[in-house]
Amino acid sequence: MAQVILKDVVKKYGELQVVHAINLHISHGEFVVLVGPSGCGKSTTLRMIAGLEDISGGEVRIGDRVVNDLPPRDRNISMVFQNYALYPHMTVAENLGFSLHIAKRPKAEIEKAVAEAAEILSLTPLLDRKPGQLSGGQRQRVAMGRAIVRHPDVFLFDEPLSNLDAKLRTQMRVEIKRLHQKVGTTVVYVTHDQVEAMTLADRIVIMRDGHIVQIGTPLEVFEKPADAFVATFIGSPPMNLIDGVVSQGAVRLADDTHLPLPPGHRADEGQAVRYGIRADNIMPEGHAMPPTPNMAHVTMAVSLTEPLGTETLLFASLAGTEVQAKMLNPRPVTNGERLRFGITLDRCHLFDAASGQSLRV
Amino acid sequence: MDQGLHHRIRRRLLSAGHLIGLFLAMSFICLPGFWVVLNSFRPTVEIMAKPPVWIPSELNLDNYRAMFGGIGEGGVPVLTYFRNSMIISLTSTVIALLIGMAGGYAFARYRFRGKATIFVMLMVTRAVPGVALSLPLFILFGRMGIIDTHFGMILVYVALNVPFTIWLIDGFFRQVPKELAEAAEIDGCTRWQAFWKVEFPVARAGIASAGIFAFLTSWNEYALASQLTRSVNSKTMPVGLMDFTSQFTLNWGGMCALAVLMIIPAAVLTFLVQKHLIAGLTFGGVKG
Repeated sequence: MAQVILKDVVKKYGELQVVHAINLHISHGEFVVLVGPSGCGKSTTLRMIAGLEDISGGEVRIGDRVVNDLPPRDRNISMVFQNYALYPHMTVAENLGFSLHIAKRPKAEIEKAVAEAAEILSLTPLLDRKPGQLSGGQRQRVAMGRAIVRHPDVFLFDEPLSNLDAKLRTQMRVEIKRLHQKVGTTVVYVTHDQVEAMTLADRIVIMRDGHIVQIGTPLEVFEKPADAFVATFIGSPPMNLIDGVVSQGAVRLADDTHLPLPPGHRADEGQAVRYGIRADNIMPEGHAMPPTPNMAHVTMAVSLTEPLGTETLLFASLAGTEVQAKMLNPRPVTNGERLRFGITLDRCHLFDAASGQSLRV
Repeated sequence: MDQGLHHRIRRRLLSAGHLIGLFLAMSFICLPGFWVVLNSFRPTVEIMAKPPVWIPSELNLDNYRAMFGGIGEGGVPVLTYFRNSMIISLTSTVIALLIGMAGGYAFARYRFRGKATIFVMLMVTRAVPGVALSLPLFILFGRMGIIDTHFGMILVYVALNVPFTIWLIDGFFRQVPKELAEAAEIDGCTRWQAFWKVEFPVARAGIASAGIFAFLTSWNEYALASQLTRSVNSKTMPVGLMDFTSQFTLNWGGMCALAVLMIIPAAVLTFLVQKHLIAGLTFGGVKG
């Protein structure tokens, strides 16, 4: 186990800078997820920690060593790749034991470690198979087994679940979490899937265009997004953002609807803002959570419904912007039906329209 | 029911037609080879007979006996030619493979300046017919004193094979995902170990096929060898075939016998390496 520290880390490809002086401190045994849209530099950052990419500037520390110039083999890390990268010419057992074999450990020790890892991941019956004979989920487990066999300081995961189908992904997500609880090793995990990030992480690092936008626990980034990007990226369905202008202590929307400023936010008179409402916080009356003291109401015509079973997702238009709202204990709704929606103001957000920054005080 | 039967008959007929078609095509392709083998076992009279004799009246080893016999009795230094061919082909193949692996790997994995140009230039060298170079090569080799040596022939064949092996091996390394080497490096390998322990075994099939191609090219090459080899010092088997021609006669039987001897090692090698040629070795390690 070890901490991982990134200090002003920069990555450049010639003139093109893809990672801009990022700083990150990952503690012992912490599960940190780097998340962001494709091309945001998250994989590059992970590969710099792994030693698969040169570091153009700054410092990467694993444990108490600066590893900038150490080759991957000397960093005592393990990595699980998106495409598993199992050695196709070796059996599962050989794949698992490869790192120990390279380290010239005694045969008995290798066998013991392989058996142990196979046991943890229920791979024991598959030890003599070649990767080509395994299913996607099994390959994924072998890749994880290969990572845990050598008891590394840090596990690195590079979008390990994106090649699996939805059901298996959910299942493997649980297995990864369980594995982390069992072995307690520091984990740096890269994904573009915010659900994975929310469910797995102790802390989420949200990246965009080579910058870190926000670092926080899953609930922090969900409840207090630093800017409009994080607000729409984290959470499903994405947060509704409605443009408006601050006028007389409220936000005036394009159709002259006035919404009170959400509590805890401050904006100047005349400032262009974006009003953020999650679908969970705008619900039709009679199908909503119990009302809170701070409520606002709007009436909208429903244009589309997505029944999900326990709830139905309603699409409607508010001041010319399409918004998604949730309906609890759903009843059938016809398109065009006008409903009165309650907005829980305590859970709403306000962002500066120009910079996207949160106006929370 | 009736329709099902009809369908089944149709399918049987189709597959029978398929097999017959394949058989005809294969017979057509194999006929010359079969004729060579047949001729090596029968007397010249029968070989030259018109109309051709398809069913031989007599098969014997006379041609082989004569070939291995003394000079002047129709014998040729078969074993020497065989040895020359082996030394030249094997050595040039090994060298071409080593260069091909280094080059192919570099083209597949690294970015460097002028990569595309260099690659195209390599391929362009293949567009020049080897024979066109025989005279300049003859003069050059003559000046350097490497005419009629193994070294000279090996040099020529390496040059002939390298572009092709690079091109082939480049393609095979491209199919090996680079994450495999990265995983190996993280697992504790040096760059060099990652290559030999992971990438090389995975690309083995491709490298084997490149090797076969290189070997067969050297083994069968005649045009350049006929110019650059002069004596038993370096004459290869294809050139040796010409020993059966004299001013007024052509010993077809002997020629066919030597041709059969040439075919055997090439065929054996191909069969040996064939099992490495099973495609799909790289599949499974990564999501396909």
